[in-house]
Amino acid sequence: MAERYNFGAGAGGVNVETTVLGADEIILNMGPQHPSTHGVLRVKLRLDGEKVVGSECVIGYLHRGVEKIAEHRSYQQFAPYVDRMDYVAAVSNGLGYCETVEKLLGAEAPPRARVIRTILTELQRIASHLFWLGTHALDIGALTPLFYCLREREEILKIFEKYCGARLTTHAFRIGGLQYEAYDELEKDTERFCKDFDRRVDEYESLLTENRIWVGRTKGIGVLTADAAIAMGVTGPVLRASGVQWDIRKSMPYAAYDQYEFSIPTGKNGDTYDRYLVRLEEMRQSRKICLQAIENIPAGPILGKVGKVLKPPPGEVYHSIEAPKGELGYYIVSDGTTQPYRVRIRPPSLINLEALDQMIRGHLVADVVAVIGTLDIVLGEVDR
Amino acid sequence: MKRYKARFGGAVVEALLDRKQAILVIAADRLLEIARYSRDEEHFDLLVDLTAVDWPKREKRFDLVLNLYSFSKNERVRLKALVAENEPVPSVESVWPTANWLEREVYDMFGIVFEGHSNLKRLLLPEEWQGHPLRKDYDILQQDEAWVRENLGIESGQ
Repeated sequence: MAERYNFGAGAGGVNVETTVLGADEIILNMGPQHPSTHGVLRVKLRLDGEKVVGSECVIGYLHRGVEKIAEHRSYQQFAPYVDRMDYVAAVSNGLGYCETVEKLLGAEAPPRARVIRTILTELQRIASHLFWLGTHALDIGALTPLFYCLREREEILKIFEKYCGARLTTHAFRIGGLQYEAYDELEKDTERFCKDFDRRVDEYESLLTENRIWVGRTKGIGVLTADAAIAMGVTGPVLRASGVQWDIRKSMPYAAYDQYEFSIPTGKNGDTYDRYLVRLEEMRQSRKICLQAIENIPAGPILGKVGKVLKPPPGEVYHSIEAPKGELGYYIVSDGTTQPYRVRIRPPSLINLEALDQMIRGHLVADVVAVIGTLDIVLGEVDR
Repeated sequence: MKRYKARFGGAVVEALLDRKQAILVIAADRLLEIARYSRDEEHFDLLVDLTAVDWPKREKRFDLVLNLYSFSKNERVRLKALVAENEPVPSVESVWPTANWLEREVYDMFGIVFEGHSNLKRLLLPEEWQGHPLRKDYDILQQDEAWVRENLGIESGQ
């Protein structure tokens, strides 16, 4: 296959013509096997010396055609597939899918199921952010946080394992509610984890927040203004770090989020450092939600009446949740049969990644690594 | 919705609610105009998603679907344009830059061509790939066997 270095014009293209040194620009190929690209992302960089003047992402290496597969599976059969998109936050994917199908059916999960879903999803958000922090710090050169972060993440995965037997691709929820009743010590385990966790976040902060190297590598790097972020469709912590206080858990509550008190942290500068602070604060808020939720898990059934054969009436629905990485949306069209006519997944990682080009222009090659890390992408979700 | 009808008249073919979600079916040739109006006057600043649905038996086989969100109103709306095969659609990249990749994905998966797009090429599949996988007449086991043989050096199904 012939190589093409066609950068095109406009949003994906390059407008800078003059080079500082007057030397020729070079094309540097990064990935798809580069460890800092967090999977199989390939970025073609156009460089002037060490400065990035343009870039192009090449994606699709992990494309499995999830949306096509969905059209050939029944609603229940498709549920485990969504766990394989953002495999770092499988529980969130499952929640989004189950709630969308419930909306399509006009059904609702019982209160008990909704609270347990909220607890597990918030634990998942913490786990996802921990994994992000560890690998992001590792990319920039701080090795220690990875060990601490994975230590705490392990405890969350143990809770998942006790709950449903799986650690990563959990398939924890079912359409209409839950399949498994909460195990006896779910509240106790969650409480034990949460009790310690605040101190642990302080520990990460003591390693990084005022670390001169960390500040130097992240402050002012990959700046995204609020307007630019909205224009690029960016959501989640990346959008909030640019100063837009928007969280679907607050603006359009789902599961049991309307019952709990928590705040939405935002940043000011929209740089890598602010995104780091926002995610750390989000972990603290998630902990707060978990603690409130285990206080009072309502009694009652865990599975609503949805029937064994799901045949949603013809029509369509779009429903989205605040996944750890941003707005995760499902757009499902039903033709009245047992299989969806069309499932479209709106992946936060893909759309956040689109802003990469803007964010790295004018920075050095080493900063590209920092920016890819700060976007918190998972290639399984980018390519689907 | 009424404001859209008053402003664009016949270009808004249908306005309906499905499971309490607002849907506007619009004429594809006025998509750009309606998109700009949605952003500037109705404050739908965020293009959440742009995708398509294939209905091969219909005269105009594709639904081009835009999901919009307004921060100030905390509202969502769905614009739907009916598009025939080989009918070019105006690109909304100039209104919401994020449409760049989303339109590339729709072009890749459905073969809908966007006029005025700055860099319309496939997003996920290789550029030389033949066919558009999310069309209903593209079988789930189908693939571009010539491409697979040539580039991966394996027979299909291996």
